[in-house]
Amino acid sequence: MPSHHQERVTPVNAVVLMFVGLAIILAGYFVYSRYLAKKVYRLSATHRTPAHEFKDGVDYIPTNKFVLWGHHFTSVAGAAPIVGPAVAIIWGWGPAFLWVTLGTVFFAGMHDLGALWASARNKGQSIGTLSGRYIGPRGRNLFLAIMFLLLVMVNAVFAVVISGLLVSQPSAVIPTWGAIVVALLIGQAIYKLRWNLAVVSIAGVVALYGLILLGDRFPIVLPETIMGLSASAFWIIVLFIYAGIASLMPVWMLLQPRDYINGLQLFIGLGLLYAAILLSAPTMVAPMINQNTPPDTPGIVPLLFVTIACGAISGFHGMVSSGTSSKQLDKETDARFVGYFGAVGEGLLALVTLLVVSAGFQTLADWEEVYHAFNEGGAGAFVAAGGTVLSNGLAIPESLSATVLATMAVLFAATTMDTSVRLQRYIISEIGELMGLKLKPLIATVLVLLFGLGLAFGADPSGEGGMIIWPLFGTTNQLLAALTLSIITVILVRKRRPFLPVLLPLMFVLVMSVSALVVQLGTFYGQGNWLLLGMGIVILIAAIWVIIEAAVTLNRVRNQPPEPEDEDVAVAAQAGADGR
Amino acid sequence: MSPSRRRRVRMAADGLLRRISDGLGEFYAAPYRRTLARAKRDQDDLFTMLVLSEALGVPNPASHYTLELLPVVYEEFHDWHRRMGMDRSPLDEVACC
Repeated sequence: MPSHHQERVTPVNAVVLMFVGLAIILAGYFVYSRYLAKKVYRLSATHRTPAHEFKDGVDYIPTNKFVLWGHHFTSVAGAAPIVGPAVAIIWGWGPAFLWVTLGTVFFAGMHDLGALWASARNKGQSIGTLSGRYIGPRGRNLFLAIMFLLLVMVNAVFAVVISGLLVSQPSAVIPTWGAIVVALLIGQAIYKLRWNLAVVSIAGVVALYGLILLGDRFPIVLPETIMGLSASAFWIIVLFIYAGIASLMPVWMLLQPRDYINGLQLFIGLGLLYAAILLSAPTMVAPMINQNTPPDTPGIVPLLFVTIACGAISGFHGMVSSGTSSKQLDKETDARFVGYFGAVGEGLLALVTLLVVSAGFQTLADWEEVYHAFNEGGAGAFVAAGGTVLSNGLAIPESLSATVLATMAVLFAATTMDTSVRLQRYIISEIGELMGLKLKPLIATVLVLLFGLGLAFGADPSGEGGMIIWPLFGTTNQLLAALTLSIITVILVRKRRPFLPVLLPLMFVLVMSVSALVVQLGTFYGQGNWLLLGMGIVILIAAIWVIIEAAVTLNRVRNQPPEPEDEDVAVAAQAGADGR
Repeated sequence: MSPSRRRRVRMAADGLLRRISDGLGEFYAAPYRRTLARAKRDQDDLFTMLVLSEALGVPNPASHYTLELLPVVYEEFHDWHRRMGMDRSPLDEVACC
């Protein structure tokens, strides 16, 4: 693609942007989150948290805030804050930079902290239960429906992302599958042999990097077709079979050590990338605003706001906030660090991705070659550009750097997929129960895999074009966030507290995700992709449902007498006395 | 470096290592503590039900052995019947609430 008519302005150094971004995000934490904690959520150090109120050593355990932040952050951050910005950079780095930094400050941080607070004030109940309580019985079904759609898309889209990486970066094949063996060995070493964890951690990380070296030396390229399938399609099927088996295994054997090693990887990876940017100080090769977008690129408004979901605002975080973290808060005031700073951590991952995919190319022409069509960048571009940045900054050979990053991205995506297959199994069992069916774990797992495979191949029969679902995934994720934000707004309105810091982002997210959905429906209709069109319509119905429920509930509570400040505590105590 | 100073440095280093090690341990265990504890509780609940089956009116061929185990489950009885969805004790002879 010709690049000469791209308007050239003085290139910006990535280090400058890095510091500007860090300053915005950290100002959000030190200033805005303090405002939210004091004036909006009114966190109180003396309020007895559910972790103390219902302490049982199982679900409710008061936990040190740094440890709680550590696993809150590693549960919410995955491959999505990498893939989103790496796709959205096609409109230029300026808009994505603003959406990631301001989104983290005014949307994600506020949402994650709010979900944590709302749940902690309601005996640690999940957003699903809270939507039943605050929106009404239909709220619970609406929540189940959105969760179901979201998880189907997570499974499909991450399988596509991993398969794409395994094909484009064959050196990642050995470490990807070898990491499973490493995790299995760690599980045995800790639970059966009772080895010291620090020793096992070091051995695990060394083994993983050994596998990366081995993979870099011996890339595994699959033939064009295997058993009549393309290489991408083959990997997608293998990945689903693996995720199904992994989700049925006892968690201590595989998922626990795997999550742990990946958590360490997340910190190592973030450190490596930021250090490499700082040391190599590359210039932003990508344009600030791309005047020369490929013809198939949809309009930046509204699509940018659903392409980057995780890293700016993601409903999935509310699940983690209200599902587990709220039951472990030692003091209510810890919520600011755990919830808001958890979102900051993910914002930092999105920010560094953005810098890497803008600065990791030699020339604008190279950049345009990679971003020659919408959805073509993604994880592959992150790996290629990040490889260059790492090799310039830290003097690691370029191919090895790319293998390190590809392995990292695959492992993040795979952990997300493992978790979401497991979660989806529970959701399907719950839907089954609503319909009066009792589904065995194996049957529920098979259903999960069939839905995921159906969507991955329904989106594109060759398995290669599955990234088309990405914006749809972001849309659904935003809808879940909107549902959580409506619940928080309702609570705030009932308490007669300032609610605009929640209501305005809620309206913005709803407008953007619904209009993005309409644009995508047009695209799917144009392509004749009936499966995605049908799915989009279902999501649109869910979105309209969210809007109606939120409006009706808000209107109702506006006219009700204000809720006493400690009513939720009284209700929680009553519900606690009624039995958990 | 004087011996006392060396000892102080070593103690500080040991303390730091222990803190890191504890933090890592929490980081490993905490996210799955709930899942594992729940699995254990489910097994314990089944065990309690087996031990109490005769008292609840379900014939149990092994009651000769499970009778001896009653004191073991006694402590947990109140939590157990509430978890099983019974607000009040289902057994007249065990008046826990």
